[in-house]
Amino acid sequence: MSLFDDNVNRRLILKTGLAGAAIATAPFHFVRGAGAADYRNMPKGKSVIFGFNVPQTGAYADEGADELRAYKLAVQHINGEGDGGMLNTFTSKELKGNGVNGKKVEFVTGDTQTKSDAARASAKRMIEKDGAIMITGGSSSGVAIAVQGLCQEAGVIFMAGLTHSNDTTGKDKKANGFRHFFNTEMSGAALAPVLKNAFGTDRTAYHLTADYTWGWSQEGSIKKYTEALGWKTAAAVRTPLGAGDFSQYITPVLNSGADVLVLNHYGKDMVNSLTQAVQFGLRDKQVNGKDFAIVVPLYSRLMAQGAGKNVQGIFGSTNWHWSLQDEGSKAFVKSFGQAYGFPPSQAAHTCYVQALLYADACQRAGSFAPCDVAKALEGFKFDGMGNGATEYRAEDHQCFKDVLVVKGKENPDSKFDVLEVVEVTPRSQVEYKPDLLGGQLGSCNNGA
Amino acid sequence: MDAILLQILNGLDKGAAYALIALGLTLIFGTLGVVNFAHGALFMLGAFCAVTVGKFLSYEVVTLDPSKLTPWGTPAETRTPIVQQWFGDFGAFLVDYSVPFSILFAIPIMLLIGVIMERGLIRYFYKRPHADQILVTFGLAIVVQEIIKAQFGANPIPQAAPVLLAGSADIGAIIGFDPGTVVYPYWRIIYLLFSGLIIGIVFSFLQFTTYGMVVRAGMADRETVGLLGINIQKRFTVVFGLAAVVAGLAGVMYTPILPPDYHMGMDFLVLSFVVVVVGGMGSLPGAVAAGFLLGVLQSFASMNEVKNILPGIDQIIIYLVAVVILLVRPRGLMGRKGVMES
Repeated sequence: MSLFDDNVNRRLILKTGLAGAAIATAPFHFVRGAGAADYRNMPKGKSVIFGFNVPQTGAYADEGADELRAYKLAVQHINGEGDGGMLNTFTSKELKGNGVNGKKVEFVTGDTQTKSDAARASAKRMIEKDGAIMITGGSSSGVAIAVQGLCQEAGVIFMAGLTHSNDTTGKDKKANGFRHFFNTEMSGAALAPVLKNAFGTDRTAYHLTADYTWGWSQEGSIKKYTEALGWKTAAAVRTPLGAGDFSQYITPVLNSGADVLVLNHYGKDMVNSLTQAVQFGLRDKQVNGKDFAIVVPLYSRLMAQGAGKNVQGIFGSTNWHWSLQDEGSKAFVKSFGQAYGFPPSQAAHTCYVQALLYADACQRAGSFAPCDVAKALEGFKFDGMGNGATEYRAEDHQCFKDVLVVKGKENPDSKFDVLEVVEVTPRSQVEYKPDLLGGQLGSCNNGA
Repeated sequence: MDAILLQILNGLDKGAAYALIALGLTLIFGTLGVVNFAHGALFMLGAFCAVTVGKFLSYEVVTLDPSKLTPWGTPAETRTPIVQQWFGDFGAFLVDYSVPFSILFAIPIMLLIGVIMERGLIRYFYKRPHADQILVTFGLAIVVQEIIKAQFGANPIPQAAPVLLAGSADIGAIIGFDPGTVVYPYWRIIYLLFSGLIIGIVFSFLQFTTYGMVVRAGMADRETVGLLGINIQKRFTVVFGLAAVVAGLAGVMYTPILPPDYHMGMDFLVLSFVVVVVGGMGSLPGAVAAGFLLGVLQSFASMNEVKNILPGIDQIIIYLVAVVILLVRPRGLMGRKGVMES
């Protein structure tokens, strides 16, 4: 038998070759960002492209315009232009105002039209044609969930804009998707104690609910928390999205025995249903020996302006408000106000923060590879962004932070001054277990 | 019983808006034979006449106050309402009643818009197929609403009813029900009465004036009227303007009920077309009757008791009725024999 038997030699050569290759490549697995060699839209030049997918037409066009203003401001600050805004107050100091990972940030925009199919089409175009490394934006949960799904399949990170439904980081959560905005579960938890103090525990609520994912989620959360207080629910009526005239849904409230009307409406529907509820005298009505109350669980300052004086004295919750006096909020309001001449909305705030958080995560990861960025975002704790100490929870990619309870201001000083903060609900009070809202994150997708 | 009464009032109120828009649509279809998908835009333009007058009367002079700073560090603005400053209490009265005053502004503006629309675009499509008319008028509606959005933004702009009329009437107490059980906003009652007045004026104009008689004759047989030496085309142009005014006034008075936005015309357009079809294409009484009928049906379908049995019925009831009418009586409730039947 030969020392160099054919089979042995072949095996030996194969084993030696594989071992050599493994040894040769092993160090790169431990080098930060080394895995970034192969992922969707890896930036090759001196710039990196962000995709801002916001409603530029349709019912939420004003909100979308504010989001776009905030994104542009964020890009300026990341690239070292302007006064730096929240980068000066952000506890992470990785971003130096020279872009991200040595690359200048550029952006492309898409128009979601607040329609899921249009939003997916514009996100797809930005990913496939424009080479966007990340998609962010949106002013609707339906859109956010649709675009989040697309980004997961395409292998890019999705940083959600204004989306309040539990489902975005609940049953429809994705490994490539991250949400800074709060959700209906948190709204319910934050509002309940304030409602108890204002209206007591012996109340009967009547819900009017927008008939889509966000409305159902909002109704469920508010019912859960108010019923835990001891409130009863007289009825929960679904109304078509964009109904316009809600009179036929409001008149049954008059003689239902309910003494609280909960309007699970957002945007134009909120403006219309609230205006009409006030016209029907509900705000001034007495039922069961108590003053009738109206609650709008999710407030938007832009929309509250649309409802005019009708919002006065009405409670709701919001993710952020420009009147906050922490250093981060003041820095952002100053930058935004100087650039555009008016204060930013909560939609603008969450979008601005999401853009900075993404850029910071890339910088910390030393890579734009979605799975590296996702790892950098998971469990990330930060402050200085306007909501106090905040954490991007690893288990569901939901940000946990303080939640604001607001009330329509009785004597506003200006047309922007329509809401006042009545309670800053601490994070501990709105936090819930990761498995409460269902869903599975799945695996991160690099898109290669 | 009180719930039924409230839903009847809701239905009549909603039907009033449908009827006014459908009346204009029918006038245009009956006289010019044009299917005008831009009619909803005319309703919206009327609403924005009220917004414009409201903005004009609330016009403020902005001065900068360097002693006070905004949160972003620029001098705060001090706003002084001009009209109230100039005219005192009368100025405040003008601002309070800006919506009713807008009618005076809206009538000439809407007439002008109607005439320009007809002369500038619609007349070139008289002899074209209905599909062409629908495409061009729908395109026009989109252009108009995008112009309004560029000018006024996408969010609704609330217009308040005069303070005196902002509350609600306790109708229940008047007709013998328990107080507070049948409450209805004053402005909605006014809208209902106003629409009745407008419908009455339009019918009287067509029924009792020579001009109206010629228009009716033209609707019945355009060629014969032309052979009599009457320039029926000129009269039809005026009719188009009149239809625009009716839609515009419906829009003006609707603003305290529904804060206007650029899309409100589209929201009403489809329903109004269904109203026209149900009432009978070209039939003015049919349009009015169907408007009120479908408004009341829609309100009843929204009652919890009905929705518990037939979920979602409130969203499809109008279309369901339209389907049944088109199957059983294609010419509509009061349409002329032969129309839509061939």
